[in-house]
Amino acid sequence: MFDQLRDRLDTTFNALRGRGRLTEDNIRDAMREVRMALLEADVALPVAKAFIERVREAALGQEVLGNLNPGQAVVAIVHRELVSLMGEANETLALTARPPVVILLAGLQGAGKTTTAGKLGWFLRDRQRKQVLAASVDIYRPAAIDQLERVADTAGIDFFRAPGDDPVRMAGAALEEAKRRMHDVLILDTAGRLHVDEDMMAEIRALNAALQPTEVLFVVDSLTGQDAVNAAQAFHDALPLSGVILTKTDGDARGGAALSVRQVTGTPIKFLGTGEGIEALEPFHPERVASRLLGMGDVLTLVEEAERKLDRGKAKELEKKLRKGKQMDLTDLRDQLLQMNSMGGMAGLLSHLPGMDRLGAAAPSVDDRQTRSMLAIIDSMTPYERNNPEEIRGSRKRRIAAGSGTQVQDVNRLLKQFQQMRKMMKRMRKGGMAKLAQSLGRRGGGGPFG
Amino acid sequence: MSSANELSDSDELSAFHRLRRGLARTRAGLGRGLRALVGEGALDEQMLEDLGDLLLSADTGVEASRSILEELERRGRGAASAGEVLQILEELLYRRLAACEQPLDVSTAAPFVILVVGVNGVGKTTTIGKLAMRFRAEGREVVLAAADTFRAAASEQLLRWGERSGASVISQGEGADAASVAHDALQSARARGADVLIVDTAGRQHTHHNLMEELAKIRRVIERLEPGAPHEVLLVVDAGNGQNVLSQLQRFGEAVGVTGMAMTKLDGTAKGGILLALAAHGAPPVRFIGVGEDPRDLRPFEARGFVTALLAEPEG
Repeated sequence: MFDQLRDRLDTTFNALRGRGRLTEDNIRDAMREVRMALLEADVALPVAKAFIERVREAALGQEVLGNLNPGQAVVAIVHRELVSLMGEANETLALTARPPVVILLAGLQGAGKTTTAGKLGWFLRDRQRKQVLAASVDIYRPAAIDQLERVADTAGIDFFRAPGDDPVRMAGAALEEAKRRMHDVLILDTAGRLHVDEDMMAEIRALNAALQPTEVLFVVDSLTGQDAVNAAQAFHDALPLSGVILTKTDGDARGGAALSVRQVTGTPIKFLGTGEGIEALEPFHPERVASRLLGMGDVLTLVEEAERKLDRGKAKELEKKLRKGKQMDLTDLRDQLLQMNSMGGMAGLLSHLPGMDRLGAAAPSVDDRQTRSMLAIIDSMTPYERNNPEEIRGSRKRRIAAGSGTQVQDVNRLLKQFQQMRKMMKRMRKGGMAKLAQSLGRRGGGGPFG
Repeated sequence: MSSANELSDSDELSAFHRLRRGLARTRAGLGRGLRALVGEGALDEQMLEDLGDLLLSADTGVEASRSILEELERRGRGAASAGEVLQILEELLYRRLAACEQPLDVSTAAPFVILVVGVNGVGKTTTIGKLAMRFRAEGREVVLAAADTFRAAASEQLLRWGERSGASVISQGEGADAASVAHDALQSARARGADVLIVDTAGRQHTHHNLMEELAKIRRVIERLEPGAPHEVLLVVDAGNGQNVLSQLQRFGEAVGVTGMAMTKLDGTAKGGILLALAAHGAPPVRFIGVGEDPRDLRPFEARGFVTALLAEPEG
């Protein structure tokens, strides 16, 4: 539906191809296109304007290097500035305070606070071994508190139903409960509220004052349009926000809200909600959000091509195997490598990933000879070894290396890569090849958000 | 909480007042801005550019904004006064939005089956609750199907609305098969001789192929049991969402054939331009708009009233 920024800029710069330097004139045209692209991606207008000023200054007088055309050079600058503006990847929550550490979630209706409360609880319990208590003070939406109870159950964290109908008192009771039961963390879910609703904003301020939370997280829907900037401003004014959680990034929104919210609050985006499952909460990667915002990286094409060219029979077989819980073996890896070759090799695959074509000479040298030598190594193994890679030790390694014309280190590297792949496959047991291709895209740093 | 007759809205003045109040923020943003700009006098390039910014920051989107400006420039060139330009603008906005105005008539079938779909968090269940209040107040027998079997406590939320409105709620609990809930509810609605059946479904991102398939299955089950149904596939969208609404419409349209839309949370946002974007893309009728928390604040969409409320002089 949306033109990609790169295409637009390429058109703008067509006439200018070959010029060695970005001038004020050609930058002005480019900035108009950048502005449109940002607005189409729902970046708030004032934020887009400020951002463009920044890019203009960065771009002026910049030399166009190597085999880049001016359009590509501008995209590279825009991308770089976006990434730097979005801030570092930062998933750390301040959990070192005296327990119970209080995490307060706030946001508009329908942003996904309750779901996020569950995901965050799961994350803290599973990854950080914390004892987590969840409580809700949403007395407005029917069954909101029941929803949190279920979500907490799914997440395997404790839940407390605070008595009464006064949110501040309920929050106090939840804190007492967390202290009494010695929880490490209390996650407090609050009612969704309009940033222009003065009573409700007063309520969240009172909750903050009563609880003195360590983390105040603004939960915001990545689908949010131009109003994201006003909402973020209002919550930022009312509360000492310590971070942002961007939800529903598994949709196809370009997520301009991320930039607006980041710009207004100045606080880091800490997590992305990436799906329906309780574990679908991922650390924020500025690279990915920036690429997506610009509509860069034709990952979809990659997935489609992969689906078209992959030998469906073999893929099904592998899928079936994985579903049954069997581990992938080296014969499977061999098939995969052969299929990759039929898709134009690693170099062909990578050309779809965002940024690769612009890197020019600086791109990591992906050598299809490497694929060939991996195949040679596997071909030099006995069927027994391919089925039982863990049996491959010293003398077998030496034999395989000699047989394939490689070094023992090469065999080691292959086995290590294979183990990593196995782990990855385990995780995506349900997914199928489309997901595998997607995860290839993600490793390139340009997939849909997460 | 009280009975359905809390929803009597015969007084047209109060209806307009509610709309005006609900759109106060939209008016403060888009409406006042448009008035102020056009009030400045001649239609020059600077004004058009400022108008463009205003439309863009109201979620109108690049394409629709551009086409509105082009039309205004064409028609407004000969305008003698600022008042005249404003009138041209009002008429122009009205005609665009009027293309989306077509109220939902539920008396054409019994039970009239409404399948409600949309992405997560747009307010589907709340909209259904308010619709139930409305239809009950019109004296209709209403059945609600809790086919959102995914979100925790979604059926509880619907049950509360059932109690409040006096509609019956058919549910099978979390994790049940959504299509089977819809099937049961339709049979029950027929057995009771109900006038309206509203089917709630789980929010889903339209990029998830298998979830969209599930939705298509619900539709097929309804179709098979009751030829001609669902009579309305209502896509609920959040006015605060940006240009992605267009993508939602397209994808849900492909999967289940959207025949009408409800736009929620228009009171919360300083925007409303997304309606213009939808109109420019030939969207199906906007049946309802939500301009407040109160059940009466879910109103049939009327283009004239909307534009008038949008451009009305600020009160006081």
